[in-house]
Amino acid sequence: MSGMSRIVKTVTNVAFPIVMIYGLYVIAHGHLTPGGGFQGGAVVASGLAMLLVAYGSVWTMGKIKEKQLSVLESIGAFGFIGLAFLGILMVYLYSGLQGNFFNNFLINQDIFPIFNELGRGFGNINTAGVIPLMNFAVGLKVIAGLFAIVLVMAYATRLKGVKQK
Amino acid sequence: MNIIDDLILHSPALIVAIPLLGAFLTPLISKINDKMRNIFVIFIVLLTSAIVLLLANDIYAVCGKIHTYVFGGSSPVTQGGFAIRILFEVDGLNIFMALIATILAIVGVIYSWAFMKENTGLDKYYTLYLLMIAGMFGMILTGDMFNFFVFLEITSIASCALIAFWTNKGKAVDAGFKYIVVSATGALFILFAIAILYGQYNALNMAVLASKIEFSFLDNIALVVLVSGLAMKAGIVPMHMWLPDAYGRAPASVTLILVGVTQASLYGALRMIFTVYGDSLSTTLNQIGDINIELNLILGIFIVALALLTIFIGVLMALKENNFKRMIAFAAVAEIGYMILAIGAALTTIFSAAETDIGTGAMALKGGIFHILNDALDVGLLFLVAGAVYYATKETSLNRLGGLARNMKYTTIFFLIGLLAVSGMPPMNGFASKLIIYESTYQVNPILSIIAILCSILLLAVFVKVFHSAFLGPKQPKFDDVKEVPKSMLLAMGIIACIIIFIGLFPDIVVNNIVQPAVNAITDNSNYISNVIGGI
Amino acid sequence: MIYNIPYIAVVALILIGLYAIIFKRNLIKIVIGITLIESGVNLFLITLAFKQDSIAPIYRGSGSRIMSLPVPHALTLTSIVIGVAVLALMLSLIIHIYKHYKTLDASKIGREKE
Repeated sequence: MSGMSRIVKTVTNVAFPIVMIYGLYVIAHGHLTPGGGFQGGAVVASGLAMLLVAYGSVWTMGKIKEKQLSVLESIGAFGFIGLAFLGILMVYLYSGLQGNFFNNFLINQDIFPIFNELGRGFGNINTAGVIPLMNFAVGLKVIAGLFAIVLVMAYATRLKGVKQK
Repeated sequence: MNIIDDLILHSPALIVAIPLLGAFLTPLISKINDKMRNIFVIFIVLLTSAIVLLLANDIYAVCGKIHTYVFGGSSPVTQGGFAIRILFEVDGLNIFMALIATILAIVGVIYSWAFMKENTGLDKYYTLYLLMIAGMFGMILTGDMFNFFVFLEITSIASCALIAFWTNKGKAVDAGFKYIVVSATGALFILFAIAILYGQYNALNMAVLASKIEFSFLDNIALVVLVSGLAMKAGIVPMHMWLPDAYGRAPASVTLILVGVTQASLYGALRMIFTVYGDSLSTTLNQIGDINIELNLILGIFIVALALLTIFIGVLMALKENNFKRMIAFAAVAEIGYMILAIGAALTTIFSAAETDIGTGAMALKGGIFHILNDALDVGLLFLVAGAVYYATKETSLNRLGGLARNMKYTTIFFLIGLLAVSGMPPMNGFASKLIIYESTYQVNPILSIIAILCSILLLAVFVKVFHSAFLGPKQPKFDDVKEVPKSMLLAMGIIACIIIFIGLFPDIVVNNIVQPAVNAITDNSNYISNVIGGI
Repeated sequence: MIYNIPYIAVVALILIGLYAIIFKRNLIKIVIGITLIESGVNLFLITLAFKQDSIAPIYRGSGSRIMSLPVPHALTLTSIVIGVAVLALMLSLIIHIYKHYKTLDASKIGREKE
């Protein structure tokens, strides 16, 4: 698809950072307010899709290759599974901690006491243990995955022979 | 605690998590080299099967032992006595299905080493393959209803993308689309039934549901919707239209794991009917004269009727097919009908009061569950041979094949073994399980057994025709330079053929050690419940 | 009576979705039918979480009204994610089918020739 007019491109340039900040806010506060990994990732992916519609799929495919998105997605997924595996491996690193897979190993322990603060902390990111870290990993994966889907679909259905401005 | 004990303790989670980890790392590793990626995938699958064998050794050592694993905590109940955490519960039936899945996974990865070598986009293929294996293991090992739904959807999405892998032909993509429509609808039906059960009893755990369930009107609706959703995924007749297309147009190594996925959905139906709904299946619905009409009687008769229809349609449609793989797919539909026949016959008799009826029901269950193992191996071997013929000659139609036995000697022998096994001839394993099914269904009603034997003979006729027209006969000039298939494909087919012959010659060992714990685990669900909520 | 309206909406959505899957021939309409069934089941899950006079299950600084059940909200979220993945897959397959067959009619594609 070809891009849109200059007015649309200028407004998109202004609106895209706002949408991205809002999406990252929803990801980061997933353990206190409604939101979390998937919801925030979908908001940021919508912002990136707005960029795709405004500038055209040929231009966007030239700037962001699909291989880089694949690497980002793998990093996000590997972070999620790695944090889940650390629940088992903790017994080999610090003797005295024993847990199962997906165990929340950062609360109720005395090696990193900063994570022990419980309660309805107003905007604190360290109150729920390993959950905010998993939110970030899932958010990164969802951003890369959803944007790759939209980008490849738009590129595959482009009209041939249309002049790009 | 040494490392083996730790592995066995954490093994249900590791069996699902290691293929998942491998699936996420494969795109990164395949940027280095192609050979590294193949070695990495085989290493992951071998590691998973080693852990499955360790767990099986641990469970078969003590009679009736159940291995429970809680995610994210140490006990399944929280302070108020609510069983909230997700848990995996492995008993005799689960580990039996996991053994089948392990064999299929190893053989599939070895086979696809050579079969898919000339295709591009192989890193996506191996990622989806490992995801499908992880989803299949998760579906088999879980003890929580919503977790079962999630793994079912993971498996169906990954397998749909793999069925449509050859996107340059339009037919494979169309088969994938049909598969995902039926699969998504079936899974949404299952979610609807899970929501009804959750709304009534406030429990998603299978053991807690089994202890609380009493048969009201809403449970009736939930049972019907649940069984029809699972029947859509298992390919029982009225909902079998996706099976010939999906099995016939996918690459052969993908079809092998698809057989495993279909058996896992059948396992899900068994688990729901016998364990979750267990004791409430013998509630009396109506009374005519002095015969009580109980729920299991109606359900059993209905399942037996569907099974007869499935066997008939499977065999009759296979008679007129000309495409090699589609014909084997219709034979697979008929084999699923045999399993359902045994389960239906068991349902009608196993809850009654007479002693001989309970014996008949237990024998029918034994035959049905043994047939799950045999059918996966037999039909898998036939699909691998069909894939080998396609790899060598690039032809799929039986009208144009002929005289291949001179060039491809080993493939012909493997096809002969698969032919004898599917149609129930001694000394292959199909004979042992089909004999148990014939004997037990004869005691329920003689007509069922006669129809089953007739259709088995028709299957033999179909496959002898295929054998004659594809492998025997005069040598055709356009197949002059057809060579034998590469060694890794022969190795994969050889592994399955050896297991088939071993089970066929010593069925006693297999039935007493592997099938009997599964039957014991199904018919009595009190052990399953008391492992989670401790005798309440 | 007014508390039964969501359940009636659920049954209506599922029946309309099933009608679209079974009787329509355009591939996009079949996809829309699957999305309708999925929306119906999600609505059913959320309706089960409601208690009389309850508020959303988020911790605030004050107030002590009862909260609605949080577990079905998590189940619905998982179901929405699965629905997005299935929808993306189906639409990609439709793009491939259109490039190969040049038509979107379900009765004209995929016939076995010979």
